[in-house]
Amino acid sequence: MSSQPQSLSKSKDSLVIKIIVYVVCIVLAVVSIMPFWVMLVNATRSSVQIKEHPISLIPSKYLFSNKEVFDDKPSFQPVTGFINSAIISVGATVCALYFSSLTAYALTAYEWKLRDSFFKFIMAVMMIPAQCTMIGFFKMVYSLHLTNNLLTLILPAVAAPSMVFFMRQYLQSSLSMEIVQSARIDGAGEFRTFNSIVLPIMKPALATQAIFAFVGNWNELFRPLVILTEGSKKTMPIMVSLLNGDIYRVEYGAIYLGLTITVLPLIVVYIFLSKYIVSGVSLGAVK
Amino acid sequence: MGKKKSVNYARYGYIFSIPFVIAYLVFQLYPVLYTVVIGFTDLEGLTTKVTDMHLLSNPFGNFIDILKGSGAGSFRLALFNTVIMWLCNFVPQILLALLLTAWFTDDRTKIKGQGLFKVLFYLPNIITAASVAILFQAFLSYPVGPLNSIRSSVLSFFSKSYDGSTYNFLNNKAFTRGVVSFIQFWMWYGNTMVLLISGVIGIDPAIFEAAQIDGANRRQTFFRITIPCIRTILLYVLVTSMIGGLNMFDIPHLLNRGGPDGSTTTTAVYIYKQAFQNPRYQYNKAAAASIIMFVIIMVLTLALFYILRDKDEEELKKLRKRERKAQKHQL
Repeated sequence: MSSQPQSLSKSKDSLVIKIIVYVVCIVLAVVSIMPFWVMLVNATRSSVQIKEHPISLIPSKYLFSNKEVFDDKPSFQPVTGFINSAIISVGATVCALYFSSLTAYALTAYEWKLRDSFFKFIMAVMMIPAQCTMIGFFKMVYSLHLTNNLLTLILPAVAAPSMVFFMRQYLQSSLSMEIVQSARIDGAGEFRTFNSIVLPIMKPALATQAIFAFVGNWNELFRPLVILTEGSKKTMPIMVSLLNGDIYRVEYGAIYLGLTITVLPLIVVYIFLSKYIVSGVSLGAVK
Repeated sequence: MGKKKSVNYARYGYIFSIPFVIAYLVFQLYPVLYTVVIGFTDLEGLTTKVTDMHLLSNPFGNFIDILKGSGAGSFRLALFNTVIMWLCNFVPQILLALLLTAWFTDDRTKIKGQGLFKVLFYLPNIITAASVAILFQAFLSYPVGPLNSIRSSVLSFFSKSYDGSTYNFLNNKAFTRGVVSFIQFWMWYGNTMVLLISGVIGIDPAIFEAAQIDGANRRQTFFRITIPCIRTILLYVLVTSMIGGLNMFDIPHLLNRGGPDGSTTTTAVYIYKQAFQNPRYQYNKAAAASIIMFVIIMVLTLALFYILRDKDEEELKKLRKRERKAQKHQL
């Protein structure tokens, strides 16, 4: 008898909780999308329109006249930025994936004397942030005349401690030494075994890490800003930073268009890969 | 024979590690050591040759100089800004992420559309921080801009004496700091939430069942079981967020160039300004600041690992070690 009203009030409680949860979640979702929506819409509006009503949810028709601003004042060059960013991101991602896998394989498949101390070393240096080493890195690169060279930002990716750590975790759970042994019996060399047998096994791990490495390199500002000073070598984030320069001060529409050019490709990619990205976030975490 | 073979294969362990080791030595270890050396020298100026650099007569001169300075543009203010802006972003971030985690993992209130919410909450994280900074700068622009138009409509709604004047938000120190913190919070809470949820999903469901049988309510279950069980993930989130926070650069640098009055100059922005924007190109001061940050990060990380270490696991390790020793003795 007494349990009935109690359970009723309980279900009422949980209904209230549910409403609160949905309201909060919807508000947060709107806060996630709104800035980008306003940006997209303002990219299609003229500077005069934006000056009168800075916020609008309905697109207008001035997209191409906004684009012309960049033809007249060409310090923001999205195509150049795009190409440079693509070269650096692809190059660095490929280097990091291949050599991290190779190192992780060395740490998993072979018994060697320094193996454990090498792994401990990798764990220890995983947390060293790049910005603490920037001055030395810049001075070294500068005296070697390697500033404004895209390779300066690609080659360091060969040594990516945190990716080695992740790949080792993955190999330990998914590589069976029997496959390696049978490849050896079939006469495959160690290097060939790695390339044609181990790498395909690692495909799922490579895919997740590829996404994160690519996005990380694409979005990076600090190192490119220091190393690449020539206009023709600038990456997308540096191009974006030029938008707050004085020459675009009153070109509101053009600023939003410039931002859209840099943000839209990422949003499109995210729409297709979001499933893998969101589920991949937690894979790198220390278990 | 088997033994001979394994000896043969061992060298591949070394061979396959060579590219990593060489790249590490050249691009990371050497720059670290080089930075440390520069921190103790008089190296200034873009074109100064490394061969012209001299150790200071007072080896810690650079460190003393940058730690002594105070006020706008000083290292001390930069450190203060960094800490305050990190705290104002991290505390709400972890609280919101924990709350969302509690909601999304609770079997009793099944939330629909979780997948979509996760994807949307994570969205800002994938966008170039530089673009986000410029976007928010555009929102805050003065005299006309989206936030100013919201402010105007609110003010004219509530007070009849409002004269239509606009406000330069980026001239307000506290407000600009708040915006930097908010952007960081907005970009990272989704990431933190996804990490925490994966941690909770990894917990053995039997533990929750046992708690339910024992009559634990939601709150008790969350605080007594969920949180202790995701301790390592929490540590991971804390450490990575802290290191990220202490290196905060893109947002404060581009939102308002570390201003107004240096109030959003973080230590990373300080290092960048000293080395690359200061007309004297003070690499030595920047290097000294880098070393200080390096030490701070190391100490904090080690302290965190020590505080949150798993005491049971440690006991177990000790036991295992003892067992192994005993076995060795028997052999």
